[in-house]
Amino acid sequence: MSGLFSALGSFWTWLTTIFDPLCGPAGAFSVFFQNTMLACGNGWGDELAGGLKITIAVSLATLPLGLVIGFFVALAQQSEEKSLRLAAGVFTTIFRGLPELLTLFIIYYGMQILLQSVLAKFGYDGPIEINAFAAGMVALAIVFSAYCSEVLVSAFKAIPKGQYEAGDALGFHRVRTMRLIILPQLVRISLPNLGNLWMNLLKDTSYVSIIGLADIIRQTGIAVRSTKAPFTFYSIACLFYLTLAVISSIGLFYLDRWAKRAEVRR
Amino acid sequence: MSHAEVLIAAQPAPPKTARKLSKSAIAGYFLLTLWAILGIALISMVITGWDPDKLQTYGPRLLHGLWITVKLVAISFVLGAILSMPLAYARMSSNRILSTLTYCYVYLFRGTPLLAQIFMVYYGFPSFRWFFEDIGLWWFFKDPFYCGVFAMTLNTAAYQTEIVRAAIQSVPKGQTEAASALGIHTWIAFRKIIIPQALIVALRPYGNEIILLIKSSATVSIITVYDLMGETRYAFSRTYDYQIYLWAAIFYLVIVELMRNGWARMEGRLTRHLKR
Repeated sequence: MSGLFSALGSFWTWLTTIFDPLCGPAGAFSVFFQNTMLACGNGWGDELAGGLKITIAVSLATLPLGLVIGFFVALAQQSEEKSLRLAAGVFTTIFRGLPELLTLFIIYYGMQILLQSVLAKFGYDGPIEINAFAAGMVALAIVFSAYCSEVLVSAFKAIPKGQYEAGDALGFHRVRTMRLIILPQLVRISLPNLGNLWMNLLKDTSYVSIIGLADIIRQTGIAVRSTKAPFTFYSIACLFYLTLAVISSIGLFYLDRWAKRAEVRR
Repeated sequence: MSHAEVLIAAQPAPPKTARKLSKSAIAGYFLLTLWAILGIALISMVITGWDPDKLQTYGPRLLHGLWITVKLVAISFVLGAILSMPLAYARMSSNRILSTLTYCYVYLFRGTPLLAQIFMVYYGFPSFRWFFEDIGLWWFFKDPFYCGVFAMTLNTAAYQTEIVRAAIQSVPKGQTEAASALGIHTWIAFRKIIIPQALIVALRPYGNEIILLIKSSATVSIITVYDLMGETRYAFSRTYDYQIYLWAAIFYLVIVELMRNGWARMEGRLTRHLKR
């Protein structure tokens, strides 16, 4: 069994190196910048590619977490229970008002202090290091969800009450109404705005470099320090972000078309 | 045929059933308690860690940082607004080259993070030091504050270009046509008919843009500008006192909420003729 897994793992490594768009055999850096400072291996190409991977990983990991939290916050915001609305309101007000950078610091150091005091209660006194990836993911997800909840609330408002009543008339349970009737419409209505939030998220991931995660910006900074070619490297970093934005807008176009497939074509 | 002979005697009202605690109420109270615990913990942290020395050392610095933040946001917003006017004009012009160029500018600045743009200006431009020294602008790009203003101005100009364009295009074409039918000069029509209607549409996005700008202005602290965030980071690196971040958070929240409410009030005042 372990042999199978190692074979699968090596196959996966082989696959990713073959089809690596930057440092693979047909990658941009390996083909066009063979013997420059952008080469893979002895140049800075592979470091930048690694940064790109981290950026993509952080944003992809943040997205589902942020969407789920945002969905529940949106539900709370339009619930009939006053206390629930208040709690959700406090959440969105705080995290929409704070700068992303400050949220990141507060969560990064706050988690550290919290964990330290909790562990101190159990008699552990060593130094504690919070995983920068986890802290960055949580902070970005919270910021994302605060905005996402606003988008979803306005999308909820766009769905007529008759839809819920129709669900009741069919004898659906509330969860089932939500899943089969409301959610599909919600996705369709909120997709353009959620797409904008995703673009913002991609840009906001640049802040995780400040708490030491090796994303595009940080790797670029390291490369700049040793090569003394800041303009080239920061241009490449911007190019990376632009490429991500272009790819996402193409993807979002098709996603939007897929979500609207049931609407009348004119 | 049957009918009721006696009326049913008046019944007392059914007894009030005790309001059952619903699931959402439980969740709501639970979350509120969570917030309350968090708030109390933070307040107690501030009280137990209260240190007049620190307040004396870092209080004025934080206030100065606040002033720098306000200055940074105000300057870059105004400069961005000025810059966005010709850009929006170029973006809407029928000249293909002009509109493509401005589209690229807008896409470039909206598609890349502000942090990358700031680094580009602060670390990237000194590679062309000889050029800037030739044209006598080196003093400008030497200073982190000016670099921050420069990057933020370009950034917000890109966003404001889109706001202006969307607002002007939201005015129906019939308005322009009506003006020309009345023989009003194009420029006058633009100034007196299109702009007033467009500005009302643009009010809300402008407010959002200011708030976004306040929040993103914290980024310049990374290039050693001592704005509110920069002073906070400085104080934290000296004292390792977590509550300084909380103070900064309160400052930012107050500014943003004041801005949001003030702007909403202004918007309500300016659009009161549109309310029914």
